[in-house]
Amino acid sequence: MASRKERYQNRTEILQGTLDLLILQTLQWAPRHGYALSKAIRTNSGEILKVDTGSLYPALHRLERKGWIASEWKRSEVGPRLRIYSLTQKGKRQLMSERSRWERLTAAIAGILNPAEKENVP
Amino acid sequence: MKLAFWRRGQRNEELQEEIQAHLLFAEREALETGMMKKEAHHRARREFGNVAVAEEVTRDMWGGRWLLDFLQDVRYALRTFRQRLGFVAVALLTLALGIGATTVMFSLVNGVLLKPLPYPQPNRLVAVNGRTDGWNSKIYGEQKLAYLDFLDCQRKSHSLDMAALVYQSGTLSAPGDPKYVDYFEISPELFSVLRVPLALGRAFLPEEDKIGTTPVAILGYSFWQRRFGGKADVLGSSIVLEQKHYTIVGVAPAGFKLYGDEPEVYAPLGQDPAGYLHNRQAQPAHVVGRLKPGATLVQAQEEIALTGSQLAQAFPDTNKGRSLLVKRLQPPVGDVGSTLWLLLGAVGLVLLIACVNVASLMLARAVSRERELAMRVALGASRGRLVRQCLTESALLGIAGGLLGVMLATVGLNPFVKFWPGDLPRVEEVQVDWRVLLFAVGVSVLSGLLFGMAPAWRAPVREVEKILRAGARTMAGSSRRLHSAFVTSEIALAIVLLIAAGMLGRALLHASSLDPGINIRSLLVMRVGLSPATLADPARIPAGWQDLLDRARRVPGVESVTAVDIVPMRQGNNQVGYSTSADISQKEKLPVVLASSATPDYLKVMGIPLLEGRFFDDHDRLGSEPVIVVDDVLAQSAFGRQDALGKSLWIPEMPCPQPNGNKFVECSAPYKVIGVVRHVRYWGLAGDDQALVRAQLYYPFAQVAPPFLTRWSQLMSIAVRTSVPPLTVVEPLRKELRGATGDQVLYQVHTMQELAHDSLALQSFLLLLFGVFATLAVVLACIGIYGVLAYLTGQRVPEIGLRMALGASPTTVMWLVLRQSLGIILLGIGIGTAFALATGRAMERLVEGMQPISLSTFAVTIPFLVLAAMVASYLPARRASRVDPMNALRQE
Repeated sequence: MASRKERYQNRTEILQGTLDLLILQTLQWAPRHGYALSKAIRTNSGEILKVDTGSLYPALHRLERKGWIASEWKRSEVGPRLRIYSLTQKGKRQLMSERSRWERLTAAIAGILNPAEKENVP
Repeated sequence: MKLAFWRRGQRNEELQEEIQAHLLFAEREALETGMMKKEAHHRARREFGNVAVAEEVTRDMWGGRWLLDFLQDVRYALRTFRQRLGFVAVALLTLALGIGATTVMFSLVNGVLLKPLPYPQPNRLVAVNGRTDGWNSKIYGEQKLAYLDFLDCQRKSHSLDMAALVYQSGTLSAPGDPKYVDYFEISPELFSVLRVPLALGRAFLPEEDKIGTTPVAILGYSFWQRRFGGKADVLGSSIVLEQKHYTIVGVAPAGFKLYGDEPEVYAPLGQDPAGYLHNRQAQPAHVVGRLKPGATLVQAQEEIALTGSQLAQAFPDTNKGRSLLVKRLQPPVGDVGSTLWLLLGAVGLVLLIACVNVASLMLARAVSRERELAMRVALGASRGRLVRQCLTESALLGIAGGLLGVMLATVGLNPFVKFWPGDLPRVEEVQVDWRVLLFAVGVSVLSGLLFGMAPAWRAPVREVEKILRAGARTMAGSSRRLHSAFVTSEIALAIVLLIAAGMLGRALLHASSLDPGINIRSLLVMRVGLSPATLADPARIPAGWQDLLDRARRVPGVESVTAVDIVPMRQGNNQVGYSTSADISQKEKLPVVLASSATPDYLKVMGIPLLEGRFFDDHDRLGSEPVIVVDDVLAQSAFGRQDALGKSLWIPEMPCPQPNGNKFVECSAPYKVIGVVRHVRYWGLAGDDQALVRAQLYYPFAQVAPPFLTRWSQLMSIAVRTSVPPLTVVEPLRKELRGATGDQVLYQVHTMQELAHDSLALQSFLLLLFGVFATLAVVLACIGIYGVLAYLTGQRVPEIGLRMALGASPTTVMWLVLRQSLGIILLGIGIGTAFALATGRAMERLVEGMQPISLSTFAVTIPFLVLAAMVASYLPARRASRVDPMNALRQE
């Protein structure tokens, strides 16, 4: 059981930076509950990115503890109480810096993948 | 985070609710794609993965997990403790004893040695001492300062505020009965340098620090309480000390004592016209200083050293080769430090044994819980988690044991301090304070970790399946080795303590069997203060002594009486260099002898055998030839095989017996040896053999030159041989010796038997303590051996059953077990002996009168330990021999 638990943690770690970014970005448009969040990520990525639920809730709780997102319980008309997560001011700032970091990273990777383009840059 | 922690239950429910909602949505979506309800339910769960793990990982994100685990461990530990009350009781008792004893000893070390001086900013206080080139530093060490040197230093120093103090004693004749008291002559700055406020009144003024000004005095606090009932109107009244009327201007603060005991009276040092204060030859002044704001110790050192060398140049006659040193002021505790550290070490060994014992108990428990632990590993507990749990248990035990130990220490500290032989310096500082508590907590936690480490380290992580399959009976070899190692180390520690106790016992036996050199029975010694009126006039002193001795002789029960300046076993001290030729170029390099002046009856009173020649008689007096009597040690070292009688010794430091001399004159004439007597164990029964100065010589009190008679008379004691029990003549003597003026007082009255006994007090005390420690160690070690063997044998029951089924006899089986324990014991003895040898050498250095470690000590102690250990092994062995083979095999 221990090993299985570690596997989950490992996957969280690999995805951690990205998953945080995805969650913050997705919440920027509207507050959502966990299931809606995972579904939004899936749809917005054209069904390519599938959030592992074993990582989703730990990530949400971690981001909340850091103060980047906030949560509140709401009655839904369809049935159970829902925990709705929303982005905080601190979270918005974090999103900005995560975004620029991500853009730098992708640009760098792109530069390596297409060396010719890079040479054309003055 | 704290809040989060306490709301944990609620958060858990919320998390479950959140995940359930997630599953519900997933299921609904699956239904919408047209799945059957049951299928949709399963698919949602499959996609989600392991709900329990997801929850646990999420909970980890909340923080505070370790605290939760810790509380869980504590609850678990307490629950197991409740089930094993016997084990817990034994462990706690062992630890409480170990930690309690260690705490008591540390309280002493802390109070006596570690605590800073009880003055404000004690780290700014310094002592100034002198050192003289060429002087034997072993014998003379560092000297105090000449008063004039002090005044020069004080005047020139920019980095130190300085004060001086000279120890004095004298007769206080009013108010009340005459009493011989200790007093300090101090410079006016003393209280301000130390920054202690007076309890009453004022300190001395600078203008009172001059010869011829009005005598003023400050009372010691206890003396004020005793003699004046602590009344405030004492200021302005007067006391008569050494025939001088002093006006009381102040009372020193309670418990104020800088060197040795609290004095009764303080008087201004600058008023004393005594000759030895006004030449640079004698060095009577303790000097303390406080660094001025901004000044550093190094600055003060350089400055005072410079002043010292200037003085050496300016006054070559007296100060040549003398340098001045500045050091941090240390509490005056003498050589008690080595004894205290020795005892702390011994107690530490006992604690170590206690820890090992508890560790082996815990290990046995851990091994029997191996299956349980393996099961928990299989269910997902990490190794760290198990180790933490084991350590929590042992830390709990350690802290509980520590609490009990501190309680024991608090109760036991005062009786123990009272039990200390002689006066323990700074005893008022010995108490359980925060330092001691911190130490106790540290020791408890450390012990807890120490004995918790072994079981924790053994927490199973590998080969879990094997353990689970094997069942509880078989045990890994490593655990057996660990158990043996415990017993080995216990035996080794016990051996060290046993040998130490054995050495002390032997030293004490040896010392008590020694001949003190005098007949200690029916012998009374006491100091006596001549009437101050007599003392003031050297011409009257010889008659004064004669009168005193005559009076003493008249007391019924007194056989004979003598006056002497230094008394054996009480360590008064007058050491002088001697030479067998007139050519004395280097006075400081001369061999040293203990010189003592006495009246003619000295040999008779003390019972010292005369070996050759004669002792002094009434014809040896001022003007006649200077004579001395030597002991056999001096005769041997000065003259070797030659006959000492009639030979001469040159003793430059002894004042010449000139009838009319008023000054110190070095003797160019030699002293003639007229007799040889047996050596006296002057430094006490235990200490004399190792004393630095053993050789002794006696010279007639009647030949002491008049200018020195006053000082000599202040130092004289009388010794009385009685025909009745000596203490019965004390009161008659006291009355008779009052003298015509009624102001002669006896003090420091002791029987010689008492002094001889006291000279071994420290050794007896150490022997008793080490005896107790060693016994404790042996008992603990035996319990340990018993426990471990019983356990190991229990593990081997199936094997033993098999052996017996195959024809082994009960005796063979018994030997099997005993052999196992004997191996462990012998290994322990081997290791312990090596340590004991090292300890023995340390003891020789630290304790007076220790003999080099001997085979006989080992010969007595080791069989004793082996025997004790074998007795402890016998029960498990016998039990093993009674194993019923059928039963044992069926267990398999």
